[in-house]
Amino acid sequence: MATSTTVFVPVDTTARSLGADAVAAAIAAEATRRGVSVQVVRNGSRGLYWLEPLVEVVVDGTRMAYGPVAASDVVSLFDANFLSGAKHALALGPTEKIDYLARQTRLTFARVGIIDPLSLDDYRQHGGYRGLANALKMTGEQIVAAVADSGLRGRGGAAFPTGIKWKTVLGAPADQKYVVCNADEGDSGTFADRMIMESDPFVLIEGMTIGGVAVGATKGYVYIRAEYPQAIRTMRTAIETAKAAGYLGAGVQGSQYTFDLEVREAAGAYICGEETSLLESLEGKRGMVRYRPPLPAIKGLFGKPTIINNVMSLASVPVILDKGADFYKNFGSGRSRGTLTIQLTGNIKQGGLIEIAFGVPLREILYDFGGGTATGRPIRAVQSGGPLGAYMHPSQFDTLFDYEKFAAVGAMVGHGGLVVFDDTVDMAEQARFAMEFCAIESCGKCTPCRIGAVRGVEVIDRIRSGENATANLVLLRELCDTMISGSLCALGGMAPFPVMSVLNHFPEDMRARA
Amino acid sequence: MNQGEQKQATAIRRLAEARAGEPGALLPILHAIQDEIGYVPDTAVRIVAETLNLSRAEVHGVVTFYHFFRTKPAGKQTVYLCRAEACQSMGARALEDYARRKLNIDFHETTADGRFSLEPVYCLGNCACSPAVMVDETVYGRVTAQRLDEILK
Ligand SMILES: Cc1cc2nc3c(=O)[nH]c(=O)nc-3n(C[C@H](O)[C@H](O)[C@H](O)COP(=O)(O)O)c2cc1C
Ligand code: SF4
Ligand code: FES
Repeated sequence: MATSTTVFVPVDTTARSLGADAVAAAIAAEATRRGVSVQVVRNGSRGLYWLEPLVEVVVDGTRMAYGPVAASDVVSLFDANFLSGAKHALALGPTEKIDYLARQTRLTFARVGIIDPLSLDDYRQHGGYRGLANALKMTGEQIVAAVADSGLRGRGGAAFPTGIKWKTVLGAPADQKYVVCNADEGDSGTFADRMIMESDPFVLIEGMTIGGVAVGATKGYVYIRAEYPQAIRTMRTAIETAKAAGYLGAGVQGSQYTFDLEVREAAGAYICGEETSLLESLEGKRGMVRYRPPLPAIKGLFGKPTIINNVMSLASVPVILDKGADFYKNFGSGRSRGTLTIQLTGNIKQGGLIEIAFGVPLREILYDFGGGTATGRPIRAVQSGGPLGAYMHPSQFDTLFDYEKFAAVGAMVGHGGLVVFDDTVDMAEQARFAMEFCAIESCGKCTPCRIGAVRGVEVIDRIRSGENATANLVLLRELCDTMISGSLCALGGMAPFPVMSVLNHFPEDMRARA
Repeated sequence: MNQGEQKQATAIRRLAEARAGEPGALLPILHAIQDEIGYVPDTAVRIVAETLNLSRAEVHGVVTFYHFFRTKPAGKQTVYLCRAEACQSMGARALEDYARRKLNIDFHETTADGRFSLEPVYCLGNCACSPAVMVDETVYGRVTAQRLDEILK
């Protein structure tokens, strides 16, 4: 009997943006031409993005990697007999032994890049739905206690303890409660949420289901940004599959619990990532930020108690319920427990997804993992935590990844995105963009944000054209203070942080251009 | 109302009524309209408002709040250029200038031959392989001026 060789070619957006579809087609066509039996499986991405499209061949049960593969390399791969794992210029050896991957601790991303994202069988064979099985044997209080004990803090940016949020919803009596997943992932330099949704959608479904079971919510929404069409499609298909298999709907896995899930598509407003604006949007309104109190946990979606969490927070719940709070808590540093999914992006030689226990130095991520800039020039600045995060200076690169340690140097871990710039960057232009972005995306509710950001752009322009530079620098700082103290949410309240980081660490750029 | 407008109005009413019963139905309805018609025409504001029992001002307010909804027909293909920081670090500003000159339009405009509309976007989640461009729903990574020429051939 002729045996068929399994070849994995990622279906992830970034892999496809570099030609993975053409590679998959070329491999299938070349196999047919040669009369060899090959089964091409479209897996998710391992997150070693500089090596994408990363093709893997299963040889005696071991996955051998080749990358980055172009469609034009396929004939030579067959010639070299890559189906037996043979040597080739693009050969990388066993995937799991690639240093970048071997040094990671993949808990939330345990299956990402390994399985076929839409195969429920794959999901279960790789540990999926064990967390829910345990949760169904526990009381709501016990589930919430496990999440609290794990030390998990919100991965969307604010790092609020997830267990405390869930406890509030559990304790709020109501005829209807909701679980909302914030999949608006608007920060530049981030894609962890997208990867989960495209590469392991069932883990998010499982995490949300556990949330529903824990607090007594019967309906969930995944609010996904419109810029992620593939994530939207994959999540919708996965939800249908889970429903058909009895993991969603009435009587989840034969239990007394009901949990329904629906994807809602966002419409291109960054502010809708802010949780109360997101809830307004889900209700069919403009995404205007709400005053607090009441907290969403008490009066959230349609006025009902609502868990609202980031994709990564929810996708981390299954492993906590599967392996226990202590298992998760034993990773990490200080009050930052578990693992962080760092997204290394921008001008970087080896960009990608790095899941690692909190406590790793920023320098190690930039140089040992990242290998320095893509352009080969020195790193001048790194923006951490999205468009509202400070630009970090090389003198701060020894900071350890830990929410409190980053905060202590005026920086932010946020959603774990790092954007690297080389020494050709004009930091004044970056400061200007921070204000410009705030002006474009402001919901308009508060004057310091709506008008202040527009003024900020003007003042920076004046500084750059040499107009009253000294007075305008003072004015810019005052403007930043006004925005920080007079804004309702973190868009207006934190957009000054990148600007001030430029004033403080890169003052030489904040002057008239030659 | 001419026949084309009549047909459009019927389609809008069908899409609105199909989801009117859902909680928070407005955004899904607007998406359905834009998916089918290509944009959200003025008539949609009136019909959707009637169907959902909202004021026209409310519906109009929602349509204009969200960058993704357009109120005018777009080109055959929409080119979304990422302007956010990770792409900036890899030359997105120069690519943006190139794209504008090449297509001879600014953002939110459509080429004279109706082939392309140009829209800014703030991150496509492709930041490890910047700069990124999306054409309709297809994302491209590490886009150079030359690659953009090939993509928009
Ligand atoms: C302007 C702004 C944008 C935000 N964007 C996002 C986002 O895209 N995704 C996200 O999960 N949280 C975002 N947040 C944080 C949310 O408000 C909220 O803290 C989060 O959804 C809570 O989930 P977590 O506790 O699991 O992190 C944003 C906050 C602000 C102020
Ligand atoms: S700070 Fe800006 S975005 Fe936030 S509520 Fe105020 S106006 Fe809206
Ligand atoms: S910043 Fe351009 S894709 Fe993320």
